[in-house]
Amino acid sequence: MQGRPAGAAPPAIELRGISKAFGPVQANKDIHIRVEKGTIHGIIGENGAGKSTLMSILYGFYRADSGEILINGQRTDIPDSQAAIRAGIGMVFQHFKLVQNFSVLENVILGAEAGRLLKPSVSRARGLLKQLATDFGLNVDPDALIEDLSVGHQQRVEILKALYREADILILDEPTGVLTPSEADHLFRILRGLRDEGKTIILITHKLREIMEVTESVSVMRRGEMVATVRTAETGPPELAELMVGRKVLLRVNKRPATPGPVVLDVKGLRVVDSMGVERLRGIDLQVRAGEILGIAGVAGNGQSELLEALAGLRAGEGEATLAGQPLDMTGQTADGQTRRASGVAHVPEDRQRRGLVMDFFAWENTALGYHHDPAYNRGRFWMDNAAMIRTAQTYMTDFDVRPPNPALTAESFSGGNQQKLVLAREIERSPELLLVGQPTRGVDIGAIEFIHQRIIDLRDAGKAVLLVSVELDEIMALSDRIAVMFDGRIMGERLPEATDEGELGLMMAGMTGKGAA
Amino acid sequence: MSTRRIPHWADVVLVPLTSVLLAFALSAVVIWAIGEDPWEATVLMVQGALGSSYGWGFTLYYATNFLFTGLAVAVAFQAKLFNIGGEGQATMGGLGVALVLLYLPWPHWSLALLGASLGAAAFGAAWAAIPGYLQVRRGSHIVITTIMFNFIAAALLNYLLVSVMRPAGSMDPASARFPAELRLPRIHEMLEVFGIPFSRATPANITLLVGLLACVAVWWMLWRTRLGYQIRTFGQSEPAAQYAGISPLRVTMYVMLISGGLAGMMAINNVMGEANRLLMNAVEGAGFIGIAVALMGRNHPFGVLLAALLFGFLYQGGAELALWTNIPRDLIVVIQALVILFTGALDNMVRIPIARAFAMVGARR
Repeated sequence: MQGRPAGAAPPAIELRGISKAFGPVQANKDIHIRVEKGTIHGIIGENGAGKSTLMSILYGFYRADSGEILINGQRTDIPDSQAAIRAGIGMVFQHFKLVQNFSVLENVILGAEAGRLLKPSVSRARGLLKQLATDFGLNVDPDALIEDLSVGHQQRVEILKALYREADILILDEPTGVLTPSEADHLFRILRGLRDEGKTIILITHKLREIMEVTESVSVMRRGEMVATVRTAETGPPELAELMVGRKVLLRVNKRPATPGPVVLDVKGLRVVDSMGVERLRGIDLQVRAGEILGIAGVAGNGQSELLEALAGLRAGEGEATLAGQPLDMTGQTADGQTRRASGVAHVPEDRQRRGLVMDFFAWENTALGYHHDPAYNRGRFWMDNAAMIRTAQTYMTDFDVRPPNPALTAESFSGGNQQKLVLAREIERSPELLLVGQPTRGVDIGAIEFIHQRIIDLRDAGKAVLLVSVELDEIMALSDRIAVMFDGRIMGERLPEATDEGELGLMMAGMTGKGAA
Repeated sequence: MSTRRIPHWADVVLVPLTSVLLAFALSAVVIWAIGEDPWEATVLMVQGALGSSYGWGFTLYYATNFLFTGLAVAVAFQAKLFNIGGEGQATMGGLGVALVLLYLPWPHWSLALLGASLGAAAFGAAWAAIPGYLQVRRGSHIVITTIMFNFIAAALLNYLLVSVMRPAGSMDPASARFPAELRLPRIHEMLEVFGIPFSRATPANITLLVGLLACVAVWWMLWRTRLGYQIRTFGQSEPAAQYAGISPLRVTMYVMLISGGLAGMMAINNVMGEANRLLMNAVEGAGFIGIAVALMGRNHPFGVLLAALLFGFLYQGGAELALWTNIPRDLIVVIQALVILFTGALDNMVRIPIARAFAMVGARR
């Protein structure tokens, strides 16, 4: 703070004229931003608007082509993330960087161990964790293994990691993308507490509700440019949404009432025990009819993932299920992803980057993932018809407005929303009897959300059954014709979206039945 | 997000080339340190390996060996399986060749070549299949099992050559000679047809063409067939492969059969093409060099071909060096080790500065 007039505290972060291009794509164009100390500043924009690139520059993953970074008024060069950490910047990524089979404590000190022996660092971290737990409600069992923690808790570990490194500036990239509403509320309480302690927080998101709820000021990005920075109190969701997309958006889905037909999926007494011997599904009974969307609401980690995987043939369980009257093998003896597809079940997995796509494959190669036995993609027993796959990919990409519509790009070069459209196109275009969809719009921008929702509804209107799992209650409410709430491997009850509200569903998600909660 | 991207051509050409040059530079320092002239050594190596048709013949002969073992490692690695049992699989391939040629009557060398190829591939494949099966069904790691199978193969061959296949009265632990009329055409015989003179003293033979064919076949298999698609999917992402309904057992077994088969086929070059009988330790470490070849060739069949040629050059050039200078043969092993070290283990040492350089050039523009 040398050389400044007393009184006027410099902004915690100031970016001046930051530009960054990847080949012909201008990801950031002359970005100016000031974030005052001790505030929560939101950065909002669609996927591909350049938010993550900007933060990656701030965290030292990329170097800006031009422009400068000032931390607390000091010009700072950030060539790598070590420099960012030294400058007091901590980052919580959308996809966590945790060692799955390490304990919370081990993860917190990883890379910041003091000395050759672990013991002092571990003790220090343990003390700090205890203190943070009481100060901010950052409760995590320090000795739990990461793989045993819920997503919400894993995120807290990421925050703890940053705090352990004495970060004054905390950047959170889409932090609620993986959280339930109550987990998100908890996160916001934590963030407010940190702000009151004098920490500066940058929240990257595309959810307007969060911006309104927790930030003091907000910057809107669109196509690499910073289009506006406003005080949150002086704006509202409609204005922000308009700034983001440059046009008015409908935050509600337009759909006609469902006309349910015969039962397509009938599940009785489905149980799944995981490799640790924990019973993840404790007897699930559900039915999905043709022409309706059944939404499964619930806090992440209450068995929704296992339900999807068991139905998709990726996880062995016990119990009975029929698809349009034909029995489905739930034991994993004779069923796998292949046989399920053959029987008319399509699956948009929750984790598109691990399961739904092969990130190093071209878009056209991903078009055949799971359908590589399709005669249309093959010439005889051995040869694949690459030209046919490229043609199909081209059609899919045009139909689903995947940008850029180039089948010869690898999956990882598309933004989250466009990756999801690739998966969705592959699964929907074959007109399956039953579509299983997990977190269809996680990490997807508003424009794409609208599109994806519309495609799911179109499938329903075509008389197909849809089972939707989402931790976004808004999404469940907007899309579902019936809502089933899961808690601890059980279905707590079913509601009709027009006859319930977020309050009631929230209570059910917390394990209280509608009646018991009254 | 955290990966620094470099252009594709730099990844496949610039990085390996820089690594090799660094390895050569360090080798030059070592040669200079033992009191020899690095420049003279370089000239000798290049002349010895590439300066005459005699040198070329040996270089190509060695390269053929490495091509097969390199392809074997590369195919397995496309499914993220680390088959380091090429040595044992090539040993067993030799046994397959010997059995086919000694105990079956063949009217012509071309048919014998076909039969020997099948025998070599079948024995090599079988030897690789066991570790593959053990990995999928029993969880025994393939790195451990394949390396143990190298020793088992060596011991088995030892026993067979000493106690079973040795002709009566011979003191030599080797099989009987294969029928003379089944000898494979050497390169000079093939070039004679076109009137091109070539040294008559080299072991390079028609197997080179088989190797090139295998190279194209592997590429074709990986990028044009359904099996290749499944192999690559499985190698890139196991959860995605499971999602697609690709069976780990089947992919692992197919990959190990192909990999072992390729390693085994090396035997048609050294056992049928060169020695004309089955000798002990005929593979001479080519199975292990295949790992370096695959590493350097970025597990791509055509990269493997280039890397095999480089190692063939190193092998032959090194032999010449040991013959004409006081540089001990062991130093050649040092040079080879440096190449392996730089292209394999120290990949990032070269890659990251190159990526930085690209980032800087990109920033200037």
